[in-house]
Amino acid sequence: MTERVLDEQLDQKLLLNYYKKMLELRLFELKVQELYRNARLPGFVHLYVGEEAVAVGVCSNLEPADLVFSTHRGHGHALAKGVPAGVVLAELWGKTTGSSGGRGGSMHMYAPEYGFMGTNGIVGAPIPLATGGALSAKLRKKGQVVVSFFGEGAVNSGSFHEAVNLGSVWNLPVVYVCENNLYATEMAFKRATKNTSVASRAAAYGMTGVEVDGQDVMAVHAAAKAAILRAREDNGPTLIECKTYRYVGHHEGDPGTDYRTRDEVQQWKQNDPVKRARKLLSELGESDSKLAAADLEIEQLIDQAVDFADKGVEPSADSVAEHVF
Amino acid sequence: MSEQGRVITYADAGVEALREEMRRDDSIVYIGQGIGPRGGNFCQTKGLWKEFGDDRLRDTGICELGATGAAIGAAMAGTRTVVDEVFLDFALEAITQIVQQAANISYMSNGKIKAPVVIRGAMGSVRSAGAHHSHTFYNWFANTPGLKVVLPATPYDLKGLFKSALREPGPVVLVEHKSLYNTKGIVPEDEYLVPLGDAHIVREGRDLTVIAMSRMVDLATKAAAALEEEGVSAEVIDPRSIVPLDRLKITNSIKKTGRLVVIDESPSYCSFAGELLAIAVEDCFDELKVPPIRICSLGVPNPFSPILENQMIPSVGRIFSEIQTMMKTNTSRRMS
Repeated sequence: MTERVLDEQLDQKLLLNYYKKMLELRLFELKVQELYRNARLPGFVHLYVGEEAVAVGVCSNLEPADLVFSTHRGHGHALAKGVPAGVVLAELWGKTTGSSGGRGGSMHMYAPEYGFMGTNGIVGAPIPLATGGALSAKLRKKGQVVVSFFGEGAVNSGSFHEAVNLGSVWNLPVVYVCENNLYATEMAFKRATKNTSVASRAAAYGMTGVEVDGQDVMAVHAAAKAAILRAREDNGPTLIECKTYRYVGHHEGDPGTDYRTRDEVQQWKQNDPVKRARKLLSELGESDSKLAAADLEIEQLIDQAVDFADKGVEPSADSVAEHVF
Repeated sequence: MSEQGRVITYADAGVEALREEMRRDDSIVYIGQGIGPRGGNFCQTKGLWKEFGDDRLRDTGICELGATGAAIGAAMAGTRTVVDEVFLDFALEAITQIVQQAANISYMSNGKIKAPVVIRGAMGSVRSAGAHHSHTFYNWFANTPGLKVVLPATPYDLKGLFKSALREPGPVVLVEHKSLYNTKGIVPEDEYLVPLGDAHIVREGRDLTVIAMSRMVDLATKAAAALEEEGVSAEVIDPRSIVPLDRLKITNSIKKTGRLVVIDESPSYCSFAGELLAIAVEDCFDELKVPPIRICSLGVPNPFSPILENQMIPSVGRIFSEIQTMMKTNTSRRMS
């Protein structure tokens, strides 16, 4: 058996895991969309459909004790970091069984027991928080690594500049992962900045910048692996730009069609990360029956999550003042 | 309050609090601008860098947003932090992190994540610092659920409150006053804490209750001494922390005297002084002999000209004369 074959077998096993995780993220969000459209979920949701390879490619390198600071489009990050789908969905439902007991919702869900330090309602704000988390990790010397997810919409904010600069000058164990999905709400990145290469901005802070195909889970995994190793060995932060795309509108309710063409959306769907992984698995020799079994397993997982969340208890009204301080 | 101790400055009292707590709790990290070798713009960290070094006294460039966010994030991840805005005015650069992240995190996470961070800054007028360096908006923080807010007026209170703040589970905004740093007072040699939510009766009195915070405590005390000469006995109370607030000690005094005057360096409109008047009306309506009054800064940006600045902020003379006027107010309408 040649070394190459061994590599392929190893990759195939990992790829199957990543495929299943990406499918979980995809089906979860489509279920959320359905529940939301049927007015079963309160609040506002920003779905991660189309960007699954980024969360899964990055988080598949992380240890349970590593920390993730996420964004308003963060359900996928929570799931990829290991928060059970039922717990995430229960939070979207405002149930006590949710990750924040119904006090947070989509943009304010926290599960530190899984190293998930929160989604966030404020664009850019998690980047300084993640930098601080990395400062804490560095001082505690336990080899913990922090991942800061944000969209390209955050990189023209002062939060990005100040935080990334601090992360670099303090040589912190943090990986800054930009999910460049081309639009900040409706604002095209090329209309917001002259320099549309986020990775190139790393040079301004004296750190390594990497650009990667965000629709290729193995490519994201490889880039994140190197960056996370660099962080874990106390060799400083990395800025990774993942070129990706959201198929849905900015939030549920935004058709997402008045600032981009249907052709553009269709083109990105041709390069779908979940389908790509499934096709690659087939090419590597994974049987149809095994892939079908994987699909069924994830469908059942989502059904169970809905069941768990649906059965969850609502908070009692008189608990409203708990946990303020 | 202990009479035993040494006379030290307000700035040194803060340094002592930090030194003791940083020795006691080796997770404490201090972040800010010029707080390392320089020892702080107001000497508020003098000598600490020599003992604790770069890891724990972390100088930053001018980036309050990033530094404050990092202090909060580190606190969320298990490292107790202090972030020094130096001038409270500069906390505005970081207000989103303080209000949106630090204040909300315990609630949003159902109590699973705490952010034990002390956000420190000096407020108030000092020698014509002008409009950008003199703000007194401490009351904004008090209107934000999730933040505790302390305003020490003396070296004793600064040391004791700072030490308590450094043991709180969540964020505390420590509001110092620029013109207090060089003031002196007795601070005990032995360790002590001043708990949050414990008002200090600075001076006992019978005829009226004067509530003042921060630098205004000194002005109120001086005015009370002058009023004593005129036969008016003023009780001066310093709440010391406004979140949590020692509502009981305050309302007991108002019920006893039947008169309330609040001295506040903030403009009166939507101020903490207004909150105290509301409390008096809610809890002491039947005991009030005359309408309570507020003596506050005028609602103008801080002027540069010393003449204008002195006109804007409360003075001992203004406090004295407004209280004299109040004492002459006919109380018969409340006695009928």
